[in-house]
Amino acid sequence: MSLASAPPVRARAVLPGFRLTFGTTLLYLTVIVLIPIIALVIEGAGIGPARLWDIVSAPRTRAALRITITAAAVATVINAVYGLLMAWVLVRYRFPGRGLLDALMDIPFALPTAVAGLSLTALYSANGWFGAVLAPMGIQVVYTLGGIILAMSFTSIPFVVRAVQPVLEKLDPALEEAASSLGASGWTTFRRVIFPAIMPAWLGGVTTSFARSLGEFGAVVFIAGNLPFKTEIASLLAYIRLEEYDYEGAAAVALVLMVLALVLLFLSNLVQIRAARYGAVTA
Amino acid sequence: MTIQISQLHKSFGQTEVLRGIDLTVADGELVALLGPSGSGKTTLLKIIAGLDWPDAGRLDVDGQDWLRLAAQDRRIGFVFQNYALFPHMTVRDNIAFGLTVRPRAERPGRAQIARKVDELLGFLQIEALGGRYPAQLSGGQRQRVALGRALAIEPTVLLLDEPFGALDAAVRRDLRRWLRGVHDATGTTTIFVTHDQEEAFELADRVVVMDHGRIQQIGDAATIHDAPATPFVADFMGATVALPVTVRGGSVAAPGVDASRVVAPGLPDGPARLFVRPEDLVPVPDPAGPWTVASISNTGSQLRLVLADASGAEVPADLRRRHPAAQGLSPGARVHLRPEAASVFPV
Repeated sequence: MSLASAPPVRARAVLPGFRLTFGTTLLYLTVIVLIPIIALVIEGAGIGPARLWDIVSAPRTRAALRITITAAAVATVINAVYGLLMAWVLVRYRFPGRGLLDALMDIPFALPTAVAGLSLTALYSANGWFGAVLAPMGIQVVYTLGGIILAMSFTSIPFVVRAVQPVLEKLDPALEEAASSLGASGWTTFRRVIFPAIMPAWLGGVTTSFARSLGEFGAVVFIAGNLPFKTEIASLLAYIRLEEYDYEGAAAVALVLMVLALVLLFLSNLVQIRAARYGAVTA
Repeated sequence: MTIQISQLHKSFGQTEVLRGIDLTVADGELVALLGPSGSGKTTLLKIIAGLDWPDAGRLDVDGQDWLRLAAQDRRIGFVFQNYALFPHMTVRDNIAFGLTVRPRAERPGRAQIARKVDELLGFLQIEALGGRYPAQLSGGQRQRVALGRALAIEPTVLLLDEPFGALDAAVRRDLRRWLRGVHDATGTTTIFVTHDQEEAFELADRVVVMDHGRIQQIGDAATIHDAPATPFVADFMGATVALPVTVRGGSVAAPGVDASRVVAPGLPDGPARLFVRPEDLVPVPDPAGPWTVASISNTGSQLRLVLADASGAEVPADLRRRHPAAQGLSPGARVHLRPEAASVFPV
């Protein structure tokens, strides 16, 4: 029998419903994520570069951006170190209450940020538990940059922990055994073998943590005091501009925040893709 | 380096994995630890490496107490079952690792390390792979890199855990011969773990058979094959047919068994078990025999028979098709059994 006379066979997909699920996903993603971002870009483009520059370089905007970026950077450095340590402890050691500690790690994700902001403010105000101890030492947290950093690191620490944890869990213990059999000390093994393996995931978590801190609003506004030029963050400024019906001003500030976050995410993905090329473990 | 192990004990929780291991490995020897999974062979290897610690016992290497030495101070070369190559380092960096982590005072210079790596890449016949990452290598190539990384530190002892376990048959045979060559060239005292008898016997000077945390027998291929020291070794070496017999005055007897070719010198009188390989068990046609041929399957050169007795017990027997005894055997024929070679252990 020749091939031509054989009846054609149509391959059937193993999983049904591709079109329906893909279509729904695409539509949802467009409406929820893509269109708002595009609208912001169009709004920003409508302002024109000269006007945009005027708004962004205005002293109050510059101050707000500087405060936001500084606080987010410091909060991220704290989270980078402490989050890595936390993930290490959760993965490497078995102790009573480990499960509870692990579950606690999700609280900053689940807790309404306003609640976090309120309780941090209560704790650190002059008559709060911590504030009462710190005040005599001359340390004020509430209504300062320190308060902003505190609120930011509270809401974004799980990003680092949850990024590093699975990768650390998957790390082959034989790699460490190999390093120590070859004469490496514990610290050398961490520096030369473990850290490079978890670095891409860690960097991903740190970047997400930074991006989240840049935009943190709910937790920060309660503790910051929101004094222009002193403790006013960029997303609050955007909100204020919007209240004043200054759409251009609001969009310009939001655009700067968005571009910053997107550039960071892009760089972080770049690092992770490079790492994946030689087979390092990624999240 | 001479390794002396005495009365090593180790438990994981309730499970005893080593129950009093005594073993001496001579300088420059190549020794295989052979046993089924769970026999304790890998734990023993890891204890020698310092990657695991015994509950009791001694481990001395050239008179030095190694149980007081951390893994990184023992200078052992360990080749892991899955190679454990550092995924983010090139082949060169993997091989150089052990030299680059030495304390500054003992660390060779950059050029010296590069020279050493070149030398090893050549010796391992992987010159072209220096710049690759482990993920870009085949299993056999990874194996060579892992060995290179272990040899770079000029180890006192080379330890290999199932070194060929993850490779296909052709590569295994190749690498086996090659590893023997490496050993003969370096003269490093070497211990490797395997569950593959052929591998153990082909490669090693001496084979240590382990089961359930005990050393069952130490010897070369012929000794272990022909004179197993314990029922476990007999069974592990293929003598899977066990027949109940009686020993009297050094000779063995059982109903329906012609044990005239089996000797049991020095065995106490009384009940015993006879272990025989299916290919050493000859069914002899005998109208009065208690065994019946239950089935015969033909594999070309061999006949595989299943023989059953009145109680329903079944034993396999493998027979060359041209064997005189094979003539006239058909299902239902009555036979008695004649072991050509067997080992007997008291019950």
